[in-house]
Amino acid sequence: MNACDLAIIGAGPAGMAAATEAANAGLSVILLDEQPAPGGQIYRGIETVPEERRKLLGPDYGKGLSIAQAFRASNATYIPEATVWNINPDLSIDYSRNGGSSQISTRHLLIATGAVERPTPMPGWTLPGVTTAGALQILLKAHGGVGDDVVLVGSGPLLYLLAQQMIEAGGPPKAIIETIDRSHYLKAARHLPRALSALSYLRKGMAMMRQIRRAGVPHYTGARDIRIEGAQRAEAVCFSAHGRAHRIETTSVALHQGVVPNQQATRLLGCDHVWSESQRCFIPKLDAFFESSVENVFVAGDGAGIAGANSAEIRGRIVALRVAQKLGDDKGTQIRALQKKLSRDEAIRPFLETLYAPSDEVMVPHDDVLVCRCEEVTAGAIREAVDLGAPGPNQIKSFLRSGMGPCQGRMCGLAVSSIIAERRKENPQSIGYYRLRPPLKPLLLSELAQLEREPTRDEPL
Amino acid sequence: MFKRINAPKNGKVSFTFEGRSIDAAPGDTVASALMLAGETHFRDTPVSQSQRGPFCLMGVCFECLVEIDGVPNRQACMVAVREGMSVRRQKGAIGVEIE
Amino acid sequence: MAMASLQHRTADLLVIGGGIHGCSAALHAAMRGLQVIVFEKDTVARHASGVNAGGVRKLGRHVAEIPLSLHSMSIWRRIADLLDDDCGFQPSPQIKVAETAEELETLRGRVAELNSLGYTHEQILDRQTMRTYLPAVAQHCVGAIASLDDGFAQPYQTTFAFQRKAQQMGVRVLEHTPVERVSRSGEEWKVQAGAQEFTGRFVLNCAGAWGGEIARQIGDHAPVRAYAPMMIVTERLRPFCTAVVGAAGRPLSFKQMPNGTVVIGGGRPGVPEPANNRTHMQMSELRHSAQTAMDIFPVMRGAQIVRSWAGIEGLMPDGIPVIGPAAHAPGAFHAFGFSAHGFQLGPGVGDIMAELIATGSTQAPIKPFSIKRFPQDPTRAQKELS
Repeated sequence: MNACDLAIIGAGPAGMAAATEAANAGLSVILLDEQPAPGGQIYRGIETVPEERRKLLGPDYGKGLSIAQAFRASNATYIPEATVWNINPDLSIDYSRNGGSSQISTRHLLIATGAVERPTPMPGWTLPGVTTAGALQILLKAHGGVGDDVVLVGSGPLLYLLAQQMIEAGGPPKAIIETIDRSHYLKAARHLPRALSALSYLRKGMAMMRQIRRAGVPHYTGARDIRIEGAQRAEAVCFSAHGRAHRIETTSVALHQGVVPNQQATRLLGCDHVWSESQRCFIPKLDAFFESSVENVFVAGDGAGIAGANSAEIRGRIVALRVAQKLGDDKGTQIRALQKKLSRDEAIRPFLETLYAPSDEVMVPHDDVLVCRCEEVTAGAIREAVDLGAPGPNQIKSFLRSGMGPCQGRMCGLAVSSIIAERRKENPQSIGYYRLRPPLKPLLLSELAQLEREPTRDEPL
Repeated sequence: MFKRINAPKNGKVSFTFEGRSIDAAPGDTVASALMLAGETHFRDTPVSQSQRGPFCLMGVCFECLVEIDGVPNRQACMVAVREGMSVRRQKGAIGVEIE
Repeated sequence: MAMASLQHRTADLLVIGGGIHGCSAALHAAMRGLQVIVFEKDTVARHASGVNAGGVRKLGRHVAEIPLSLHSMSIWRRIADLLDDDCGFQPSPQIKVAETAEELETLRGRVAELNSLGYTHEQILDRQTMRTYLPAVAQHCVGAIASLDDGFAQPYQTTFAFQRKAQQMGVRVLEHTPVERVSRSGEEWKVQAGAQEFTGRFVLNCAGAWGGEIARQIGDHAPVRAYAPMMIVTERLRPFCTAVVGAAGRPLSFKQMPNGTVVIGGGRPGVPEPANNRTHMQMSELRHSAQTAMDIFPVMRGAQIVRSWAGIEGLMPDGIPVIGPAAHAPGAFHAFGFSAHGFQLGPGVGDIMAELIATGSTQAPIKPFSIKRFPQDPTRAQKELS
């Protein structure tokens, strides 16, 4: 099997831009993606969305079309509907497609698997009818669906963007329940001067807020003690705000506390990660060209730290050029120009991170709240195990089975590390995260049995 | 309840959920089609048999697991609708058939 | 690790290695009144002890191990009383199935041999009896050998319980404290660990795959090598199998846990990196375990793997552990190299080591496990290695 120059996992802005840039530089590129069409989550359905819907979703979404078109026009090999289930230390990649397993081999790997929503454990969050805000945005973007009584709960730019898009689509949210602690405003103000250099983001944010106000969407701030009520499905959201108790009836609750890097692939490969105090999540340790601690493994897009779609695209291009440079092409000038552009684009982040930092309620949920949704492990059970002496997430996993269900820890990992850290009065950095092992997604025993590997592999091209 | 902002233009795809006939639009996933048809209960957990439905719609949470044409553990949000497919709720742990 | 006072750096027994053997020996020694310190370079049960397949098995043991295994079994049966934790221990049959008539013949020979030695815990199951225990087993399986009163337990829960009980008995367990040097000074042993020096009358090497280096510092030679058995666990399935199952003709360890998940192991190794405390999975090898599991249990075809893993274990060339006093140095002892079947032996061997250390002797027949079975002259040992 011949190795390609660059394999990319994920067809969001980072993956598409990197594939295009690298292919245009003459590299052999293979891009694997789980979805049937390019776009990732941010530009989901971008090629097929009716023009009318694309317009109402806004120009930031529409921008994805040209990126996808350039990617399609490039020489990069695109393998959609491919579920990557293992990456070996030699960077060969096992993936499933149409029920069978295949393998590719590469000299450089770009992990562009983006972000996932931060786990938001709270009472009632497992009831049917409760989703992430991202889920409702996907329903709108890719499928043109909108709810008639959606209550948005949490904090972060996506919450307001979704509200604006729902208003445009004719299905405004029934209410927005915002969890931002008042102290965040003061802290965030310190980052305003730097944020001013990314003025367009601030303007967009203010326009969104105005539109939401004009639409008359009830907007509650400083919400606490949030719980979702319902016997078999969501029926109401209860919370207190500014000393008053509220109960809003709804069949659809959308939760959001920001997004965090999807760590599954970088953890599997053993890349070093650092705890980001400002983003309250683990981020792979990367150099200025987004190469990880594992040689020839790069991370771009929100997987490299949350910075949004524009930064994702720039990061993807930097990685492509860096790989070309490693293979002997001088790309120094272009890389430096992109790094400069990236620094401007990222100027807004400290302000947003501080303002929309996740609430303590979500980072440190009450004892009776389910943290591991699959295995139904509560925060209290985790704390008890910590008190017995279980030192970290892997022992908690062995002891309580948290992270051993089908989502493989995706929905609880960050919360489990945070709960242990809080209980042991340590930093999440020293607590660490689940050790990730193949398969990256649940795999049929019969699929593993069918796996054929060539006993010897050809030398790279 | 969820509704479509535009009526589907390119025809429809019909399938069943628990025997009930569902009309979907081409390009729908099983999860989006069921949500737009008012369904929220996709599976019962193997641990406590509690009801669950789609949560992330992006293949991450595994809450929307259903049985499609007899095959369990399918992520409804990752499978495109096909004419005539039979979708059922996944009830608890997967049963094995002893020969 | 914080600096310990001189008093806290002195003990009767210094145990190197916080796996099930180290923790069990520490607990049993404390029960005999000894002051004990356990050194663990990582966290307790980090490797083989915490992530093995959990079989509590008398079945198929090397003849020399049988007395130790029987002794250990007697402790397993009262493990909850000993540790205030049931360790997830479930009595259950251990059954090794034969896929061919020849394999079944070999198993018959094994039972005959054991009977001649006076052991009766293993027996042949004919096809029909086997199927009453294993209704889901493949039709081609012709019979089996079984030890009906074996069982299984939760490895991490068990080792963690030994650690906690030992701590309650006053044992000091120092995690993230790798031992840098072991040396003899007068009548005492010195252990340099975590930039501090500890002193004890006795030292016990329970360092598993790392036991070879500790043995060398004690003055012994043991050709242990790191080995990383790989395992698979599936999603939860409805109950279909209550026994722990192996195969006579190929490597397999198969069991359905009470929560419905199926754990499949069986000797296909991954790549151990003992220097970094890491292992790498070899999916190209692990596929054989998947195939074997499906061949023996066709119902597994549609089951989903949620996770695979491997822990680092110490493997001896002759497949049985090193148990007993050091070759020459007084006051030093070994219990390591359990060669991927030491979990069941943990409670019993810990008890035996404590007896040996505290009283100077034991009735347990541990002679076959002496480190002296390997050449002890360093120059000869060097030659043999090269």
